[in-house]
Amino acid sequence: MTLDDILTGLFPNGRKIATNGAQISGQAVLPDVGPVHVLGITQGQPLGVDEAIVLAGRVIEIVKSGDRAPILLLVDSASQHMSKRDELLGLSEYLSHLAKTLLLAEAEGHRTVGLLYGGSAAGAFIATALATGTLVALPGAHPAVMDLPSMARVTKLPIDVLKAKAEATPVFAPGLDNMVKTGGIQIVWDADAPLAPQLAAVLRQPQGQDDRSRLGANRGGRRKAAELAERIARAAASPQEARHG
Amino acid sequence: MTAVTANDVSLSWYEASARQRIDALVDAGSFSEFIGPELREISPHLSIFDLPEQFDDGIVIGRGRLDGAPVLVAAQEGRFMGGAFGEVHGAKLTGLLRAARALKQDLVILFDTGGVRLQEANAGELAIAEIMRAVIEARREGVNVVGLIGGRAGCYGGGSLIAGTCSKLIISEQGRLSVSGPEVIETNKGIEEFDSRDRALVWRTMGGKHRYLIGGADTFVDDEALAFREAAITALKVGTRCDVTVLEAEQARLERRLQRFGEAEDAVEIWQALGIDDPTDVPALPTGAFLRAATNRENADDAR
Repeated sequence: MTLDDILTGLFPNGRKIATNGAQISGQAVLPDVGPVHVLGITQGQPLGVDEAIVLAGRVIEIVKSGDRAPILLLVDSASQHMSKRDELLGLSEYLSHLAKTLLLAEAEGHRTVGLLYGGSAAGAFIATALATGTLVALPGAHPAVMDLPSMARVTKLPIDVLKAKAEATPVFAPGLDNMVKTGGIQIVWDADAPLAPQLAAVLRQPQGQDDRSRLGANRGGRRKAAELAERIARAAASPQEARHG
Repeated sequence: MTAVTANDVSLSWYEASARQRIDALVDAGSFSEFIGPELREISPHLSIFDLPEQFDDGIVIGRGRLDGAPVLVAAQEGRFMGGAFGEVHGAKLTGLLRAARALKQDLVILFDTGGVRLQEANAGELAIAEIMRAVIEARREGVNVVGLIGGRAGCYGGGSLIAGTCSKLIISEQGRLSVSGPEVIETNKGIEEFDSRDRALVWRTMGGKHRYLIGGADTFVDDEALAFREAAITALKVGTRCDVTVLEAEQARLERRLQRFGEAEDAVEIWQALGIDDPTDVPALPTGAFLRAATNRENADDAR
């Protein structure tokens, strides 16, 4: 599905979305819901300091408008921009800042929904799609931390061995199914059904806590994370742990 | 009143283990660990790769006191899997952050990490996202989350993004803070873009002095556990909530950085623009002289 197909499917009643390089920004009307802010990093481009600061600025403007309308973030990116310049300028701060603005928007009453419709990897994935309240995907999306050839180089394992291991566990290999099983993606939409009702259904869900580790446990992709985090919270609250000093 | 036992252990932060760092950081004898190694909560994934596990999965978490005040502490062990985030490693920090929020207790993270653990990359990546969210949720409840960077593995990849969510960052010259590591940039973009064997280039692009000068870190300290301890005590006294005012200020400061330094080819040009008389001398300056030279540095006060 092209970006245009997706936007037309989601917003048949009209949209006003500007393109700026590989970024999009604007507003649209979702049937049965109302106004939605639309942002996006598109065309499989990397996310560097220059892109992140523009997106973050836009999110802050939305928060300051006080309209509490949902924000839809469309993602088809590469990884973070790997360059001397980006690191010299402190890329980590720019990516964190973007993630923080998205988390702020959610805390200030905007539902934030990420729609992964292409690629995304590593720091770019964390700073965009994974910083939204609910992440959904379209079939064919291909999230990754690192591609298998690079992973083979770093782990010093032949790629055939890695592929065989990837059959046995969803925990390391790139791909949409694996990211669903580990709980990072809530749902993969049906590309043959109208998209607008599928987004409306996401927005009808109550805004909840971070349930990704619970999803990962239920789907068998991350069996330990949720239970362990809960045990730690209990241990920390237990009074006998505090008798020191 | 709890009697405060001063901690005066002399120790190189860079050389120390995670447990040694905690012992030297908090008030003497005040640390108690949660889910310690005796419970053997190991990674369920490393055996797939025939790799050895560690009983704490490379991160020590618990509670202690800092100058008498209760504080939660997490310390990564850079010597196990490069301090990288896997499922168990990450969940331990997520759980501790959620406890910090519920208990309204400040938290200190001792970073020492290469980022996501590739053998459990998806679980590690999601752990980073969950931790960043948990940091912000804790900060919005008024909890301070302070990051300490000065370990062998640096603070790379997803670790550097977590660092960016902290309310304050303390760094030593040895601390490196960067998303892509030198080898990653060189492998992907070529040696012309970044020569990972040029250690001087690595330090001046990603190291503690440069980060302090551009406002990427708030406090610069010697590679000494006691210096980290004193800086952490101070940092915990001045918290910033993560609200729209703070993020607007951060937006302005990061835009300003691009305007001021966006054309620079090398850190030395940035240091010159910051008014340092002999910018090429910066890497050689001892801490006192460096801090005096850094008077006109950019800062992130109330903008992080």
